[in-house]
Amino acid sequence: MIVSAQKSREELLAALDGLNRLFLVGCAACATACKAGGEEEVFAMQEWLQEIGREITGSVIIDEACHILRASRDLRQRRSQVEGAEALLVLACGAGVQSISAQNDQLVIGALNSLFLGNVRRIGRYEEKCSLCGDCLLNETAGICPVTTCAKGLLNGPCGGMEDGRCEADRELDCAWHLIYERLKRQGRPGVFARPVPPKNWGKVPRPGRHTLKP
Amino acid sequence: MSRLQQQLATGVFVVTAEVAPPKGSDPAAALARARLLAGVTAINVTDNQGANLRMSPLALAALLLREGHEPILQLTCRDRNRMALQSDLLGAGALGIANLLLLSGDHPRFGDHPGAKAVFDLDAVQLLQAASGLMEGHDMAGKPLTGTPCFFAGAAVTPEAEPFELMFQKYAKKVQVGARFFQTQAVFDTGKLETFMAAARPLKRPVLLGVLLLKSARMARFLNANIPGVRVPEVLIGRLERAADPLAEGVLIARELVAAARSLCQGVHLMTLGEEQRIPEILAP
Repeated sequence: MIVSAQKSREELLAALDGLNRLFLVGCAACATACKAGGEEEVFAMQEWLQEIGREITGSVIIDEACHILRASRDLRQRRSQVEGAEALLVLACGAGVQSISAQNDQLVIGALNSLFLGNVRRIGRYEEKCSLCGDCLLNETAGICPVTTCAKGLLNGPCGGMEDGRCEADRELDCAWHLIYERLKRQGRPGVFARPVPPKNWGKVPRPGRHTLKP
Repeated sequence: MSRLQQQLATGVFVVTAEVAPPKGSDPAAALARARLLAGVTAINVTDNQGANLRMSPLALAALLLREGHEPILQLTCRDRNRMALQSDLLGAGALGIANLLLLSGDHPRFGDHPGAKAVFDLDAVQLLQAASGLMEGHDMAGKPLTGTPCFFAGAAVTPEAEPFELMFQKYAKKVQVGARFFQTQAVFDTGKLETFMAAARPLKRPVLLGVLLLKSARMARFLNANIPGVRVPEVLIGRLERAADPLAEGVLIARELVAAARSLCQGVHLMTLGEEQRIPEILAP
């Protein structure tokens, strides 16, 4: 899922400067799961905004804010509340914000920062394992992604900063290459160590990414 | 053929040292420091070391060359993508810079531009391959070059890194893709150096031992806490602490490490950090 976190209240205040009537949008998918923009958080946001003198014209939690048509439908159903607001404050990831901003030219303010595609270790703790590079190497790296979990994204083994199997950039973390090496050894496979791995093809997914299923 | 390459080929005990490009556009102090290194075979020019912004190492290497020094251009993958790296390498070729030390680079998180995007489009193994390709007359896309550079490309190794076998497989990969010589991270444990050299010797690449001049116990502790891959043993820190003149003790420690290199390695790479005038003492037999 997309892990996101709320912007600081100071940053939100600056973004909302001069805007008095707001419509709030949350997301029932990722932003709910990481407690940044679900029903609870939208309610808490509403309370805070009312405390500081803002008027809330209404709110909606969209099933998946990244679904452009669904977002459109949900907003249409609350048309008068939406149109009565000076801006929409969206508690969803950057993709969700853009489903909303794609609807029309009404002012849209994003309340979250989108952090990464994350795995859930437990509720409240998320870890990045995949960076959607479009050119997956996991089958050679014992199912551990060096593009993402090596701080430098190196493809041919650890850097000179590895100390006792720990990462140079964060000593709390295991060196991804240490984990890959140990698991390949347990599996009795050379894997990625069998060859110099060529540079990644960053052109494989042209940015911005688009993907259309063939009929 | 560069002097470094010649001397390593003839088996002379080689000494290299390093100069950091200035923080600013005035190269005078760096060039003055290089003049103090007149006796060494070649001078490494560091590339925004520690991820702290400095003048381009390509520019300082060219200035050193003009003053009659032989530079070793350090180039890291941290700040440039594959196009910029190849472009700089071709520029180095045009300027007559032959020696390269191709590195991954320290993570920007600890430098003075922690908000910079870490590039790492290539890693050191891939950069070595790219340099070999340029020498063969083509770029990474396979396009032919007009005029091919002639490099003597080296790489870095951290002999003390654990786990040893993981560190060593990367060393072997670097050898496989064309590293012609190695300069090591600062080493203080000669036992670990012996283990490393026993494994490295069959791969037949000259290794220059990184010898870092310790100036005080405080500095040693700072290195242990802050510099990735550097580990000063407690026994050496104790010696520096007890010494009446810690710098003199540091010189003595460096001299002992040089002695170990004389029996195990093909040379030393000295990191004297402003105490270049002590080099003759460090090298004294």
